[in-house]
Amino acid sequence: MARKLLNTVFFVLLIVFAAAFVFPVAVVLINSFKAKFSISESPFTLPFGDDFVGLSNYVEGIKNTGFISAFGWSLFITVFSIAAILIFTSMCAWFIVRVKNKFTSILYYALVFSMIVPFQMVMFTMSKVANVLHLDNPLGIILIYLGFGAGLSVFMFTGFIKTVPLGIEEAATIDGCNPFQTYWQVVFPILKPTAITVAILNTMWIWNDYLLPYLVIGSDYKTIPIAVQYLKGGYGSVDMGAMMAMLVLSIIPVVVFYLFGQKYIIKGVAAGAVKG
Amino acid sequence: MEKTVKHWFPVFVLPTLAAFLIAFVIPFVMGVVLSFTEFRTVSDATFVGFSNYVRAFTDNNLFLQSLWFTVKFAVISVIGINVIAFALALLFTRELPATNFFRTIFFMPNLIGGIVLGYIWQVIINGVLYKFGYSITSNPTYGFWGLVILMHWQMIGYMMIIYIAGIQNIPTDILEAARVDGANAATVLFRITIPSVMPSITICLFLTITNSFKLFDQNLALTAGAPANRTQMVALDIYNTFYSRSGYEGVGQAKAVIFFIIVAVIALLQLYLTRRKEVES
Repeated sequence: MARKLLNTVFFVLLIVFAAAFVFPVAVVLINSFKAKFSISESPFTLPFGDDFVGLSNYVEGIKNTGFISAFGWSLFITVFSIAAILIFTSMCAWFIVRVKNKFTSILYYALVFSMIVPFQMVMFTMSKVANVLHLDNPLGIILIYLGFGAGLSVFMFTGFIKTVPLGIEEAATIDGCNPFQTYWQVVFPILKPTAITVAILNTMWIWNDYLLPYLVIGSDYKTIPIAVQYLKGGYGSVDMGAMMAMLVLSIIPVVVFYLFGQKYIIKGVAAGAVKG
Repeated sequence: MEKTVKHWFPVFVLPTLAAFLIAFVIPFVMGVVLSFTEFRTVSDATFVGFSNYVRAFTDNNLFLQSLWFTVKFAVISVIGINVIAFALALLFTRELPATNFFRTIFFMPNLIGGIVLGYIWQVIINGVLYKFGYSITSNPTYGFWGLVILMHWQMIGYMMIIYIAGIQNIPTDILEAARVDGANAATVLFRITIPSVMPSITICLFLTITNSFKLFDQNLALTAGAPANRTQMVALDIYNTFYSRSGYEGVGQAKAVIFFIIVAVIALLQLYLTRRKEVES
């Protein structure tokens, strides 16, 4: 009986907590339909009468920030960076586990080391290097993301590959497969759960990343975070209406991604932590 | 077999190695070297010894001020986030309805980017303060607590997921045995649950500490350091030293090296200390 009562109390507590979590997003959503001048003064009222402006904030915001193309670049950079990271860092991790020598162990520790280095340490020199090597475009930045994502990704793949028995790979070799065929036909399919985790962790980072793309390609190509920040710095006072609309548009892809991949995302995050 | 694999080095390792060298290793080495020079465009660097390191602290007090701000922020956030996330995770292991729904809600903010998070909270906090005639930039205390609240909102769900996974891994027979022996809830919590989830605590502390110290996007969007750089965290201070005016690139790089050393030492110390606890239990 006491247990039941306690559970009810906890349940109510969770509801209050959940409401507090949803509240900020709900406020932004409501304000995206409000006239821009009433947003900073009274963000907690519903839009009635003159205050309701329909979709005009969205139209204004999309026009001023170039949101459509920002969405396109964000999608392009995220998808191809993730593909590159999955293909190349998993192969690299397999090589590191299977070929034990001084070089592979130095490479492994250098990669792990890179995970704790703050971005500010390399931001200036990295954007210079990218500039000199003509990597300051949406294709070049994929190479940079491969380099920055390599630490976590190789670390996670090696953790899993160590548990893969050698026997199946040897069997494939006896059947006449070269290492490349063995890797893609036998090893990679086994890595799939880890690959999903790596893909999710890197998507969460690359899709939302602001400073790296801003420094490397920001003057010519805007991703979504750059477009949102541009609204602030672009001209004198901030158009709060357009800002609210852009925040909503930035959150929608994330929510869609989350609702479709929720099972994998939560599992992936938990699995990623266990390996760490 | 290892021998044949070895010949495939260019296919398996080279792409990642080349990208890693270009994006990280070369910039990192250059960064360390340049912190001892004065430069504007890298090619014009002249050696100046430790003067940038001295100037990081003596040109003005912004670096020390932002370091202190960051430390205060990190201590409060790390403790608050982990305590609340752990408490929520414990709730989730009771038989409550709709736990999947709550888990979904709590985790969601973590997927939203830092810039967007900063502006969302700016509206909320300004909306509340407006009623009293203030805004988030009228007092550094508002900006500080704004960042603390934002960070809690973003990270609690993430840490909670990790703690739930840890708690679910505790073998049920240990808990049963404790109950049969008449252990009360507090004993079970401190003698069984917490020691058993030490690996989760290690990783959660690591993630919250490093993320708190490295915070940049949220800081830029929420206050951008206002008023008068008083809510500026270390990462933003380094960024402004580099880019807000010319001639301070060397100082910025020296600050970045100091920042890197601080983060690395704290992260490794924490991993060492909590990992030791894991072995004991």
